[in-house]
Amino acid sequence: MNDNARFEFLLRMGDNALVLAQRLSEWVGKGPVLEEDIALTNVGLDLIGQARMWLSYAGEVEGAGRDEDALAFRRDQHGFRNLLLVEQPNGDYAETTARQFLFDRWHLLALGAMTRSRDERVAAIAAKAGKEVAYHVERSSDWVIRLGDGTDESHARMQRAIDGLWMYAGEGFLPDATDDAMAEAGIGPDLAALRAPWREGVAAVLAEATLALPADDFAQRGGRQGRHTEHLGHLLCEMQFLQRAYPDARW
Amino acid sequence: MYAQMVDTGLNKVVDASQMSPQEQAFQARIDADVKVEPRDWMPEAYRRTLVRQIQQHAHSEVVGQLPEGNWVTRAPTLKRKAILMAKIQDEAGHGLYLYSAAETLGVSRDDLIDDLHAGKVKYSSIFNYPTLNWADIGAIGWLVDGAAIMNQIPLCRCSYGPYARAMVRICKEESFHQRQGFDIMMAMCRGSADQKAMAQDALDRWWWPSLMMFGPSDAESVHSAQSMRWKIKLLSNDELRQRFVDQTVPQAEYLGLRVPDPALRWNAQSGHYETGPIDWAEFQAVLRGHGPCNRDRIRVRKEAWDDGQWVREAAMAHARKRAERESRAAA
Ligand SMILES: [Fe+2]
Ligand SMILES: [Fe+2]
Repeated sequence: MNDNARFEFLLRMGDNALVLAQRLSEWVGKGPVLEEDIALTNVGLDLIGQARMWLSYAGEVEGAGRDEDALAFRRDQHGFRNLLLVEQPNGDYAETTARQFLFDRWHLLALGAMTRSRDERVAAIAAKAGKEVAYHVERSSDWVIRLGDGTDESHARMQRAIDGLWMYAGEGFLPDATDDAMAEAGIGPDLAALRAPWREGVAAVLAEATLALPADDFAQRGGRQGRHTEHLGHLLCEMQFLQRAYPDARW
Repeated sequence: MYAQMVDTGLNKVVDASQMSPQEQAFQARIDADVKVEPRDWMPEAYRRTLVRQIQQHAHSEVVGQLPEGNWVTRAPTLKRKAILMAKIQDEAGHGLYLYSAAETLGVSRDDLIDDLHAGKVKYSSIFNYPTLNWADIGAIGWLVDGAAIMNQIPLCRCSYGPYARAMVRICKEESFHQRQGFDIMMAMCRGSADQKAMAQDALDRWWWPSLMMFGPSDAESVHSAQSMRWKIKLLSNDELRQRFVDQTVPQAEYLGLRVPDPALRWNAQSGHYETGPIDWAEFQAVLRGHGPCNRDRIRVRKEAWDDGQWVREAAMAHARKRAERESRAAA
């Protein structure tokens, strides 16, 4: 088994969590109600914690002396391996909710499969993260239902958000050579197999939310191979500023 | 402090001879350190003053998220980012506890928030200063949370039960806030020359506003005297400020930073530090809206509130629909 594939696999998990946590941190102090400020930050904190576990392990596997911070703050956008979905801007609360919902449901399935990983460290991280993400799924699904089946305005906003992000929702089910290698080694999940349960769960929530399941299943891809949307570069500019501007500093 | 110069609506301290029997009984319970609870009778001026004080305090927690939020997306390490997010999240929680405490006095959170946005009530002057470099995040935890603790620990013993209990919960979290701030300052002061310069710059800008947080001397203030009678203020502004200075100056020395006050000196006789004069004109200007960030802070809060309007409406509409469906199902 090839350690580079394992490194790539760990970056993908870590970068998903990191980039989404960064997006959520942009909401600090600006949520629609105080309780949501707190809840969004909770999710963000869980994801930061997960990012640290994945990236620390990635650094160890790589064996080039990079720790979690070197990986988070000193890679340029083409080095990032997250899904395109999580780097999309916050938009309004419906878009933030839709992004979270589509990701959470993928995330939980992926982590669930990884709890059976042959790599014990992966299994342990997945087990811990899975408990947190089970709550994320509950929360984001609940908000999709509230906003979908709320007022006319919230319904329209929620539908627009789901429609707009739908083309980024399918990337997580499209394995490449790295995923194949990881699945064969019994380390990573069989991504294609996650699609059916994901779709079933998403469809059930959208139905309860009185929202339409988008018909066009075209999926953008590239994030997991380092080809991103224009948004990631700006996110990194901000996130990495201090480490880039003061490379010798110890914080 | 987080609630600076709270107006009691009175122009002199009420003494026993002017009190009704009901008021006398109320004051006697306060003197005996019996907590006042929401259902208890209380003088209208006591209730109104508390609403004002708790409201200012709550708004300060909420607006106080913004200067730190300004750096949360740029925190320099993942660990620092996580700590800062957790810290700011605590402040949102403090706002929540305090709004709940205020609601026990018969006001609604939404009305209080409207008052804030309309500029009718204040929040702490300190949050109208900008965070310009990463060390400001350290300085806020060290100085601003440090000053808040000075004020809030005595308030754990205040006469109004819900406020006192909120304060107990809040104080448990504040010491973590101060520690994380000091820890950032320590890393900055032990770091590169650039970092040390940032730390000094932060102290230069935050020192005087931190001292102003306690409010002007209230030795002569009728409002403070009445609030002390009611035990919703336990120590004078000057006493609290002195405690803060005495605690903080040695910490600055330990960090190797210079306190920006040429008149600062240790008085061996009194056992206290003496500071130079505070520029109260600056403080009054900030209260009038002329601080560097007054406009931005309120603008951001209003925008967040207005942008969230449809979300809050949707949540309520959904809750109504759900309740209707459930009652239909039960019928
Ligand atoms: Fe607080
Ligand atoms: Fe605090």
